[in-house]
Amino acid sequence: MLSFLVRRLLTFVPTFFGVTLVSFAFIRLLPGDPILLLAGERGVSQERYEQLSAQLGFDQPLWKQYIDYLAGIFQGDLGTSFVTKRPVIDEFFALFPATLELSLCAIVIAILLGIPAGVIAAVYRGKFFDRTLMTTALVGYSMPIFWWALLLIIVFSSGLGWTPVSGRISLMYFFDTPTGFMLIDSLLADQDGAFLSAVSHLILPSIVLATIPLAIIARQTRSAMLEVLGEDYMRTARAKGLPPLKINGVHALRNAMIPVITVIGLSVGTLLAGAILTETIFSWPGIGKWMVDSIFRRDYQVVQGGLLMIATIVMIVNLTVDVLYGLINPKIRKG
Amino acid sequence: MALLEIRNLSVEFETVSGAFRAVDGIDISVDRGDLMAIVGESGSGKSVSMLAVMGLLPWTATITADRMEFNGHDLRTLSGRARRKIIGRDLSMIFQEPMSSLNPCFTVGYQIRETLRLHTSLDRKARQTRAIELMEQVGIPAPEKRLSAFPHQMSGGMSQRAMIAMALACEPKLLIADEPTTALDVTIQAQILELLTDLQDRTGMALILITHDMGVVAETVKRVAVQYAGQKVEEQQVEALFDDPHHPYTAALLSALPERSQDRFLPTIPGVVPGQFDRPQGCLFSPRCQFADARCRAVQPQKASAELGYALCHYPLLHGEPQGKEASA
Ligand SMILES: Nc1ncnc2c1ncn2[C@@H]1O[C@H](COP(=O)(O)OP(=O)(O)OP(=O)(O)O)[C@@H](O)[C@H]1O
Ligand SMILES: [Mg+2]
Repeated sequence: MLSFLVRRLLTFVPTFFGVTLVSFAFIRLLPGDPILLLAGERGVSQERYEQLSAQLGFDQPLWKQYIDYLAGIFQGDLGTSFVTKRPVIDEFFALFPATLELSLCAIVIAILLGIPAGVIAAVYRGKFFDRTLMTTALVGYSMPIFWWALLLIIVFSSGLGWTPVSGRISLMYFFDTPTGFMLIDSLLADQDGAFLSAVSHLILPSIVLATIPLAIIARQTRSAMLEVLGEDYMRTARAKGLPPLKINGVHALRNAMIPVITVIGLSVGTLLAGAILTETIFSWPGIGKWMVDSIFRRDYQVVQGGLLMIATIVMIVNLTVDVLYGLINPKIRKG
Repeated sequence: MALLEIRNLSVEFETVSGAFRAVDGIDISVDRGDLMAIVGESGSGKSVSMLAVMGLLPWTATITADRMEFNGHDLRTLSGRARRKIIGRDLSMIFQEPMSSLNPCFTVGYQIRETLRLHTSLDRKARQTRAIELMEQVGIPAPEKRLSAFPHQMSGGMSQRAMIAMALACEPKLLIADEPTTALDVTIQAQILELLTDLQDRTGMALILITHDMGVVAETVKRVAVQYAGQKVEEQQVEALFDDPHHPYTAALLSALPERSQDRFLPTIPGVVPGQFDRPQGCLFSPRCQFADARCRAVQPQKASAELGYALCHYPLLHGEPQGKEASA
């Protein structure tokens, strides 16, 4: 197990450098001079241009810029936002809990619904539930997120008036946010209705964000279960006289979880991509919306730093999934 | 009364190309402490008939029988819940592929203790003690350590021993061993067979050994049922069967044994077991039988008397000679 961990950690290193290179190159390959774009219609004087260029390091050769960028990263410095003048890393950590809360809710919904749905579909293969589920999953998987979000908003917010349209909590509440998680902070604040307000704000964006991972997890669980159900050891489990719930829920599911966990890990990437759209639609103040806003504002330092942070998080999640995978699959644990 | 009593058991599978009768009118009777073998070529319905007894066939199978009783329970009318109380406890089965029959995600110990937790009232500690005892009984060295091993860390022979330990956990009255040694190499085969018969002898349980190896039969069991294309074609005590087989198929199987061949070449049985689409009209063995005549090919034979080993044949053999042929000719 230890050597497996060490080996896995070592692969982290080249990937991380790859990511720094990509995020560095990304904004420099975009068409247009960043300083001119930043200045906008008004334009800048030659003097001011050179001043800005020197300030942002754009007058240096590319390799020097990259080295400086790397050096900054290792000191925890991802640059400063042109717009807010605050360090990118500070902005990131201020906004990250909102995204984390939304993503966690979404992935929990996707797992809690997706795995049982996949198991039931596999056990009752070809029956009504199975066919309905698989069709729904296909629709869920192929639906454009923004269209689905708008549909939900029209029905539940505009039509029925059940849920708010934007933000994390109603504007009438004011309290400290020590954890950054609105669900927890609203409970800690102990104000009438604050928690419910937080929940009602969270519910539509989480459903929207959960849709694609839910569809993926349900389909993967079903196909993994179908494969496992035909195995010899399932006959052994039945020959013991175990009840169906134990046979399917313990003996089959434990084996079927091995590929499903990989898929859950991979869907974190999908989730963050989805978060960008979802946060923008629901005005959810997280890093997804932050990135989009920064791109529109040509806030290159933020885009570059944010990209790096998001990629790093995806890598850390993948690493965690690999370790989990080792824990659940004894064949790997040994290796 | 017999422990397991089966009369006229048939199993039909629903397939895309129509119904397929894998087991056709089989009678089996097993007493307490009995030791019998079911022998037959691949595809003769040995596994299917025993899986029917266990209730482990898929839903595509239709089971019919005039009688199917185990230990006083009518297996035909038993509810799923009631059956689950019996299988794994009084009625156990082990399978052909030991390596893939253990769940790769759980330790061997977990899988043995699980049976105990399900069927006995032993507490956690007693279950562990019993598991160790079982591992010792099946001849696994360092049982405590082996209990925490995962199946992929064990060899085939070791896995089959663990399967046997699992099957014996609740001291079953009947153990069905479906080709328990086919997947193992020869030296291990002998050890596992010896272990099975030894355990059978010590615990007094009944044992049905499914095999396609006549050699195994000769060394292991007391009584043999020979199965062909889903039908039981003969049943005798083992010495009598080897001495004087009454069905031509049995005779052919025996003469195909290397030990019995006088020739330089091993005699084989020409042709193959009929499948779903080439089932003959009369006797199912007639296309491959050296004694078959027009009657054999047209009319299905009836069971002969007990003295003739219930041979399913128009002209059962007696000392190698077909009987009753002149009368009909
Ligand atoms: N689930 C099933 N659906 C359809 N046909 C089946 C099914 N299970 C078994 N059969 C058929 O039933 C027949 C008898 O199979 P069975 O497994 O009992 O043979 P066997 O005597 O145990 O052979 P072997 O020595 O290979 O184990 C075979 O022709 C097989 O193809
Ligand atoms: Mg078989």
